[in-house]
Amino acid sequence: MNGIHDMGGMDGFGKVEAEPNEPPFHARWEGRVLAMQRAMGYAGAWHIDHSRYAQETLPAQVYLAVSYYQRWELAMEKNLVARGYITPDELAAGHALHQAKPLEHKLTLDVVRAGLARSSFFRQQQAPARFKPGDRVRTVNINPQGHTRLPRYARDKQGVVELIHGCHAYPDSVAADKGDDPQWLYTVVFDGSEIWGAEADPTLKISIDAFEPYLEPA
Amino acid sequence: MADHDHDHHDDHGSELSETQLRVRALETILTEKGYVDPAALDAIVETYETKIGPRNGAVVVAKAWTDPVFRQALLSDASKAVAALGHVSKVGDHLVAVENTPERHNMIVCTLCSCYPWEVLGLPPVWYKSAPYRSRAVKDPRGVLADFGVALPKETEVRVWDSTAETRFIVLPMRPAGTEGWSEERLADLVTRDSMIGTGLARKPGELAQ
Repeated sequence: MNGIHDMGGMDGFGKVEAEPNEPPFHARWEGRVLAMQRAMGYAGAWHIDHSRYAQETLPAQVYLAVSYYQRWELAMEKNLVARGYITPDELAAGHALHQAKPLEHKLTLDVVRAGLARSSFFRQQQAPARFKPGDRVRTVNINPQGHTRLPRYARDKQGVVELIHGCHAYPDSVAADKGDDPQWLYTVVFDGSEIWGAEADPTLKISIDAFEPYLEPA
Repeated sequence: MADHDHDHHDDHGSELSETQLRVRALETILTEKGYVDPAALDAIVETYETKIGPRNGAVVVAKAWTDPVFRQALLSDASKAVAALGHVSKVGDHLVAVENTPERHNMIVCTLCSCYPWEVLGLPPVWYKSAPYRSRAVKDPRGVLADFGVALPKETEVRVWDSTAETRFIVLPMRPAGTEGWSEERLADLVTRDSMIGTGLARKPGELAQ
């Protein structure tokens, strides 16, 4: 979707302000939100693409107004309710009122280390890769209502395949609950001027990681 | 683990307290329903507070600076090379290391959310996840670098890597001059988090805190 989350190239957000000696969390609740999110992911309640899509579909003014971990928390509530793990009356009461929905796993103390390891997104290929490094490609012009990882600024642009990362679960499909639909993944590099026009910094090159359905031969 | 050890940080006014209450309620519900184990949540928080941070990446960079075979292995398959070191947390399958040279400066961003190589750099700083960085890094990276006090030669290529999939990138910064013969441990002290994101350069020997 063409949401507020797709920020590449927007103007008006001001300077980047770094905080010296920034702590991992600025409040205790931030850590709890992160940990709950990890635990529910480990349990198999939803995939990371569902978390991203739940954030993207927050109202734009909310997305901009709240902090990062508040966004995570709101997205988690959405997924918990939408997938039947909790109900709005439980949220209002602050307690469990109904029977739990069974989950595949539970992140307990003895499996925390394994639970924190990053999962693999490699999937079995369904067809040979269509492109190889050095190929000239053009990104597609799509504006889907659903989740996509092709940013607006990089649509309908000509670039060159630089790296091939194997075959991965396809977020556009996973977020729509349509399964992994494995796709080849490439790093595609663009000249700054192809993206931003003649005024672009002439030394700039930008790459995205593009799933094969985002690409056509050029 | 003490339950209230960080609560003093939460005292930022009523809006934040509301969030705090909301998060507590959520944890209560998830615990009562048997979905989460609060002791495991404690352990996750503790891991990110104390065990996983940019030192993990700094060690990798320092090794690449001193060991040409490792450097080559890192640049051709960072997942495999870092996993073989064994002393940092599991990096998974999708890590890519990109090398800064006098001709090319690399910078990492995630314009769509906040993708970041947690296993080697820890949790991303607030600025990395912020709208100013996500919006400007791909269009005006030299302007962003100026916000960080970094000015590159005007002919240097600036390459911005937008992390739009599950691949994660780490920058291998240039080794500062005047560090010949240094141990890996000492070199690692020069490797800042920002130098591995590409919004900074490695510290020079004279910039080391005494």
